[in-house]
Amino acid sequence: MNKVTFFILMLMLTLFVCGYHASAQQGILENASISGSLQTDAQYYVPDKAMGITDSTLNGNVFGMNTSGELNYSVGNFRAGMRFEAYTPALKGFDTRAKGVGIPYFYASYSNKYIDATIGDFYEQFGCGFALRAYQEWNLGYDNAIRGAKVTLRPYKGIKVTGLTGYQRFFWNNYVNILNYDRGLVSGVDGDFNVNEIFDLQMKTQISFGGSFVSKHETGLSKTVSFVFDDSTQYYKLNLPENVATAAGRINVSHGGFGFYGEYAYKINNPSAYNTYIYRPGQALYLTASYSTKGFGVTLAAKRVDNMSFKSKMDASGSDQLDINFIPPLSKQHHYSLPSLYPYATQYNGEMSLKGNVLYSIPKKTKLGGKYGMSIELDYTIVYDIKKDSIQFNGVSMIDQPGTEGYTSPFFAVGDHCLYSDLNLTVTKKFSQKWKGVFSYIYLIYDKDRVEGHSIGEYGVVNAHVGLADVSWKIDNKNSLRCETQWLFTRQDKGNWGTLLFEYSFLPHWFVSVSDEYNYGNEDKDQRLHYYNVSGGYVYNSTRVTLSYGRQRDGLLCVGGVCRYVPAATGVSLSLSTSF
Amino acid sequence: MKKIVLTLVAVFCASMLANSQVVSAQTSSSDTNTGKKVPSVTLKTVDGKSFNTADLENGGKPIIVSFWALWCKNCIKELTAINDVYADWQEETGVTLYAVSIDDAQRNANVKSFANSKGWDYEILLDSNQDFKRAMNVGNIPHTFVLNGKGEIVWQHTSYMDGAENELFEVVKKVAKGQSVKQ
Repeated sequence: MNKVTFFILMLMLTLFVCGYHASAQQGILENASISGSLQTDAQYYVPDKAMGITDSTLNGNVFGMNTSGELNYSVGNFRAGMRFEAYTPALKGFDTRAKGVGIPYFYASYSNKYIDATIGDFYEQFGCGFALRAYQEWNLGYDNAIRGAKVTLRPYKGIKVTGLTGYQRFFWNNYVNILNYDRGLVSGVDGDFNVNEIFDLQMKTQISFGGSFVSKHETGLSKTVSFVFDDSTQYYKLNLPENVATAAGRINVSHGGFGFYGEYAYKINNPSAYNTYIYRPGQALYLTASYSTKGFGVTLAAKRVDNMSFKSKMDASGSDQLDINFIPPLSKQHHYSLPSLYPYATQYNGEMSLKGNVLYSIPKKTKLGGKYGMSIELDYTIVYDIKKDSIQFNGVSMIDQPGTEGYTSPFFAVGDHCLYSDLNLTVTKKFSQKWKGVFSYIYLIYDKDRVEGHSIGEYGVVNAHVGLADVSWKIDNKNSLRCETQWLFTRQDKGNWGTLLFEYSFLPHWFVSVSDEYNYGNEDKDQRLHYYNVSGGYVYNSTRVTLSYGRQRDGLLCVGGVCRYVPAATGVSLSLSTSF
Repeated sequence: MKKIVLTLVAVFCASMLANSQVVSAQTSSSDTNTGKKVPSVTLKTVDGKSFNTADLENGGKPIIVSFWALWCKNCIKELTAINDVYADWQEETGVTLYAVSIDDAQRNANVKSFANSKGWDYEILLDSNQDFKRAMNVGNIPHTFVLNGKGEIVWQHTSYMDGAENELFEVVKKVAKGQSVKQ
């Protein structure tokens, strides 16, 4: 523990003390207020022979703890805050570079009716994020905050213009390292215009549009690539662009229950490690139309992504978190564990997807709806790769050759491989005052090799059927019991799974749950494991404490379409969160 | 090891402070609830109109602000359970519920469609950049706040268990009558 860390910890404690007194006594200054939050997740790992975890694989790394505390102070139009983070060390599955203690996030801002100005660290999203999105997700250990300055102007009603510049967070890397070409400078401007508000149009149709321009400036770049011609290998030093820009435009129209949204982004040539150093420009198009009225909703969406990875470091790997933009998947984000065994994440190097979603609530007091009604959701997503045609270079045809345009791709042509398909039907029904349930059927096709980036043929394409039921019984005003069962059937990957969960809650503070996920269909009999878990928790207002013991299967954990790999582990976990 | 111990000490102290604040607020609360003002953040409605959170207002009646997302199972369970009794709650206390979606902007159309199809009579707000979530110090969702007639935060709660909406309604009833909410 060095002096700096110790000082930071003490400073944090002092601020928490001040925060407490200030908020309890209505502020040191008139109208000042302090608020904050705290979250800590700790895990103690034990050996588990069946899971292949032994003392030697653990190698002394039996403990992990992630802690974050945030404090915000506001007085009048001013606001300042900071976040303290400690990974001592990080939980398994988090990037090892996360290890450390410090204050990675702090800011000061001023805002009134016409302006918001921030200096320090900030988060932002332009449109759907095709050009820029800086955000944080604690459970994923993801944080690509920008440190610099951001100004938003609202000069006239319905007009919002944002400008920003800065460097993205790169774990604990010093921002001084930027001088060593550690990552590039991100700058952007975005305009958002609401036509109805600008022209004071009092009509049912609402129209707004916007556009953004984002650039990355990175110097000190160097890359040599090899070409193979007639059995001889030649080396070329690439002429790399120091500036890469993305421009995006969007439009949003709504008329009562009807809605339409479209966004298009274009990125100029951006050879990078992620796209194998090709010079092809990138494009993304997203269109969605929807109609809804009380009790009914339908949404259709289409998307094409072609070479749209945009990172603030040319040779960044997928796990470097230096993403400037974000393109979320269209597919449904499943609520239950087994359908989430095969989650889809957007393929930035190329995908075409379609989605349809229909929601209907059968009214109360009808034959099918019963006394309380019943809601039905039908959802379908299909994703293909894009068609890539080879290009000619010195009389040789090639695809994705570093230093070339890479490939050509007709805009409306679909590739040969179905990457993902998800057809699901969910019925939610309240049977009586005491009983209610959720029932789902899901059919998944998941090209594990292409989606997760394995070599082709390693795992193959998974076809899986999932059925699940989640039934709640409200015993009385204080006690309730929930039972969840899920079944996944597949001949590929790890075979069939079955799960059973019981959760008992005693209002208003306590809950306990017992669950088991059983991989009974694994071809390898030694891997037919029970992933059991016992947990209990206490909730008091905005404070929540959970303690659990059990096994965690390896797989992908996804929040909002962004995923991280979680390794298999057995042990005790403690989680605490609070806010004030 | 030293680091771990110190971090644990810091975490423990901080959480004690957070809780002791709760206790002291309980002992010092008078007949009228006072709390923090809601920070000013500009959000969007599902129709694309701007909405400033400093304008959260319900004619002196209580307000519930509930953070949710399409991927959050318990949020949807909570909002569905409240919706079954929402008309009764409104009649008795005049409460209005603002359901703030933190889904990414690409799912805005799905949010509108989902809320509409469920027949939710709430005011749906879109916090795509999660500015309001951060300003309100919300970590995990569901996270629910109760505001008094002056728009001040007097109660908050995280997570949802079946039947917990009854506790929320008890709070809303007290706030509507101007009674203190013990937290």
